[in-house]
Amino acid sequence: MTSSFPWLSLLLVLPLAGAIAMYFATESTARWIALAATLADLFVALPLWWLFDPQASQMQFTEHVAWITVPPIYYSLGLDGISLPLVLMTVGIMPLCVLASWNAITTRVRGFMAMLLVMETAMVGVFVALDFVLFYVFWEAMLIPMYLLIGVWGGANRLYAAIKFFLYTLVGSLLLLVAIFVLYFYGGHTFDILALSQGTYPASLQMWLFLAFFAAFAVKVPMFPFHTWLPDAHVEAPTAGSVILASILLKMGTYGFLRFSLPMLPDASRFFTPMMVVLSIIAIIYGAYMALAQVDLKKLIAYSSVSHMGFVTLGLFVMNQQGIEGAVLQMVNHGITTGGLFLCVGIIYERTHSRLIADNVGLASPMPQYAVLLVIFALSSLGLPGTNSFVGEFLVLVGTFLWSKVATALASLGIILAATYLLWMVQRVVFGVPSPHHLPKLKDLNQRELATLVPLALLVFLIGIFPNPLVSRMHQSVTNTIASMSRAKIAPTAPPSAGITGPLLAVGGEQPKIQGALR
Amino acid sequence: MSLYGADLLALLPELIVVFAACLVIVLDPITPASRRDLLAWLSVGSLALCLGVTGWQINELNVRVSAFSDLVVVDAYARFWKILLYGVTALTIFMSLPYLKAERVHLGEYYGFILLALSGMMVMVSGADLLTIYLGTELMSLSLYIMTGLNRSKPRSLEAAAKYFVLGAFSSGILLYGISLLYGMAGSTKLASIAGAIGTRGADDPLVLIATILIAVGFSFKLAAVPFHMWTPDVYQGAPTSVTAFMAVASKAASFAAFMRVFVEGLGGLKADWSVLFLLIAVVTLVLGNVVAIVQTNIKRMLAYSSIAHAGYALIGFVAAGRGVGASGGTPGLASIMIYLAIYSFMTLGAFALIGMLRKGGVEGEEIEDFTGLAKRQPLAAFLMLLFMASLAGIPPTAGFIGKFYVFMAAVEAGLAWLAAIALIFAAVSAYYYMRVVMVMYMRDPDPSTVEQPRLVASPALSFVLACAVAGVILFGLYPNPLVSFALQSVLTFK
Repeated sequence: MTSSFPWLSLLLVLPLAGAIAMYFATESTARWIALAATLADLFVALPLWWLFDPQASQMQFTEHVAWITVPPIYYSLGLDGISLPLVLMTVGIMPLCVLASWNAITTRVRGFMAMLLVMETAMVGVFVALDFVLFYVFWEAMLIPMYLLIGVWGGANRLYAAIKFFLYTLVGSLLLLVAIFVLYFYGGHTFDILALSQGTYPASLQMWLFLAFFAAFAVKVPMFPFHTWLPDAHVEAPTAGSVILASILLKMGTYGFLRFSLPMLPDASRFFTPMMVVLSIIAIIYGAYMALAQVDLKKLIAYSSVSHMGFVTLGLFVMNQQGIEGAVLQMVNHGITTGGLFLCVGIIYERTHSRLIADNVGLASPMPQYAVLLVIFALSSLGLPGTNSFVGEFLVLVGTFLWSKVATALASLGIILAATYLLWMVQRVVFGVPSPHHLPKLKDLNQRELATLVPLALLVFLIGIFPNPLVSRMHQSVTNTIASMSRAKIAPTAPPSAGITGPLLAVGGEQPKIQGALR
Repeated sequence: MSLYGADLLALLPELIVVFAACLVIVLDPITPASRRDLLAWLSVGSLALCLGVTGWQINELNVRVSAFSDLVVVDAYARFWKILLYGVTALTIFMSLPYLKAERVHLGEYYGFILLALSGMMVMVSGADLLTIYLGTELMSLSLYIMTGLNRSKPRSLEAAAKYFVLGAFSSGILLYGISLLYGMAGSTKLASIAGAIGTRGADDPLVLIATILIAVGFSFKLAAVPFHMWTPDVYQGAPTSVTAFMAVASKAASFAAFMRVFVEGLGGLKADWSVLFLLIAVVTLVLGNVVAIVQTNIKRMLAYSSIAHAGYALIGFVAAGRGVGASGGTPGLASIMIYLAIYSFMTLGAFALIGMLRKGGVEGEEIEDFTGLAKRQPLAAFLMLLFMASLAGIPPTAGFIGKFYVFMAAVEAGLAWLAAIALIFAAVSAYYYMRVVMVMYMRDPDPSTVEQPRLVASPALSFVLACAVAGVILFGLYPNPLVSFALQSVLTFK
């Protein structure tokens, strides 16, 4: 059901209004304003979950206003089953970020909260934009706030980490801009994402465009050879920054692959599938191995992110219903679980001022509530049945199994390794004997900290036990994506703007049949 | 007499500016030092008058009035640049008021020279004859040489003026040599006649090619394109900051305007040749400007190299115009340069206004290190600088992104996607040095051992300049439609 009420614009405007209000705020009221703005955004977004029509195949809650006339660029927004969970996750995580920064940020609180709110607008904008230029504006608008979040409020080595993050992501996304222009001229002089997804492009052009898209999205995910900014940025960023990075920013890369690379460049996607699968598996195993070796909690989780995001890209590029649905689910799951883990690290860092595992041992007896929540998130992260990640990883592996049994076996190694490094971490942090000079500082969670962790822990079980509402909402959109991929397959060398109707539908009907048989 | 009446009417804005310049210089000796502000207000008043006249002259967009037997032309293209130049000049004057007082060189003739330079620029953008354009260029350059050396007590200012004069005179000679060769070929210096002569003689005439190269070299000096950029860093650093801003913005805009008119209207038959030439120049300009800017420690020098790099981006639009194919021809490329330079004017003026404002008591705070911890001392100033730096780096949603957007789009349309990719990689390089300023301002704490010196307080005039610059950077970033359609309409007179 499409409502004429501009839900999505409201979602974008609320945090921005909060950011502007920071100019008039004092250091003490800034926290409350930020909390109010993020909660208001959450309450605006929640009804969308029920208003969303899972059966509809079009974009919902669309808004379409001319922005620039030459070339035609629109302020065009919409939600489908893929972006809905991601938007909800974003607006759900942000109040927790504000709460997590309540006492951790002591200097220039107004600026910090303003940056968080600007980030929220930009991140929601990325997931709802239906015009490629608008998408790009939101995509790039995140750079400066994130740069400042890491660089101003970060740890000791923050300057290096901030500029590394900035340059890595900027170089990738600038190539994306060139690709957007090329698509514009080949795709019938439009920046409309849906129209561009219907177009057919010459196979050789698709290869170049795919590589340009890859530069932008793979850096953001980050995929294996481009991941080196991530541990630095994660470690140096303040807790809220780490949570935003892990939970939301990384998803933009995979969202980009799913929204742009797969439907617009199906031939190239198919051509590069082996490369993408190999890179994903390398990321899964390499990230897990690196996580095993870490002594710093944040670094451990950062490398586990590399590993987990490998599952997401793997699920996307096996290109079947199970794989893609698993990948989208895993995007949300990773946001919840890793966000929870980073919040846990932030909480213990506030007490002991150390992120090293060696400094934070034996928390079970002084901080029982904390220990329980940490174990929940760790078990979720390693994919224990009954938790959210199990469902996502299982679907991804089922999808991969249909594509290659060897790849599935190798990817499964990642789950075993995840169990190793996470349980080992839990063993050291939760059990063992706390060092006496830390003991007086180890107070258990207060109300505010419980409020940041408990909602995430509930979601871990909710999605783990009852994933169907989430999967059913994305089902139609994933089907659409797969259909649009197989449709463009027929005429890879057709000239631009040539007919894309007629025979294409025949192949479009074929794909679901294959899947039906495999199920 | 009535015959000349129409001609004089066409030149009315130029005449007003020249008259105001003479008036300022005459009034200067009889104005008490305490009331020199009045001269500045007089200058701004004359600009407002010009704006009205220019708007009235061309209220229909396709009108093209030639005057003095085709020596000058008044068209929508000239109007675009004139309006931009009026705005830039007015903002420069406002910026100069507090700055010159603080530097103790508040001289009345300064405003006279600004107006004379402006009249030269106006002749440049309206010139339809190579000699007219040359005269405008010289009038602009001579005024700028003097303004550069305005701070007579500072050796650096004098050195900059001398360097600028020698190299500028040299480049004018080369330009003139090219013009003379074209005159020898066409028997006229009028752009229309030259275009006709090229049409009959063919594009591969060696004489024409040599002349084209010489003229390209002459203009490259004015645009500060590599390898003719050597004067830029020294002059930008040595000149008083308000003069630097004026040079970086107004003189660059006027030079581009004349340059585009000469090459499109006069030498359009040689498109295929000069687009290759400028392709090379654009690439080396981009690379050198951006790479050398990284190692600068003086912010004015850094902005000098960045202005070189920005000339490189604008030249990409020009290459795209030369390569332009299909129904739209070179229009997107030319319009993209106009959009780019208009936006560039706002962000550069804003950055220089802030640099002028953030002087330490008595000493110019020009080193990037001087900005250390600015975010703590002056949060608003630091935030504005952040905006200007982000815009110069081309990060959305600032206007700088829109400028790059149109240039690169024109390049991709002309089949130069690879060039756009290279240019964008170097845009990332440029982000590094722009963000370094942000890093110094926001992420380093001021050295507690140094006693905080009083800083120039933002005067109302300076606040006005900053407000205009910020408005330009934000509004054109969020809603560029008016600027874009204005540029697209203005460029239509070339068709």
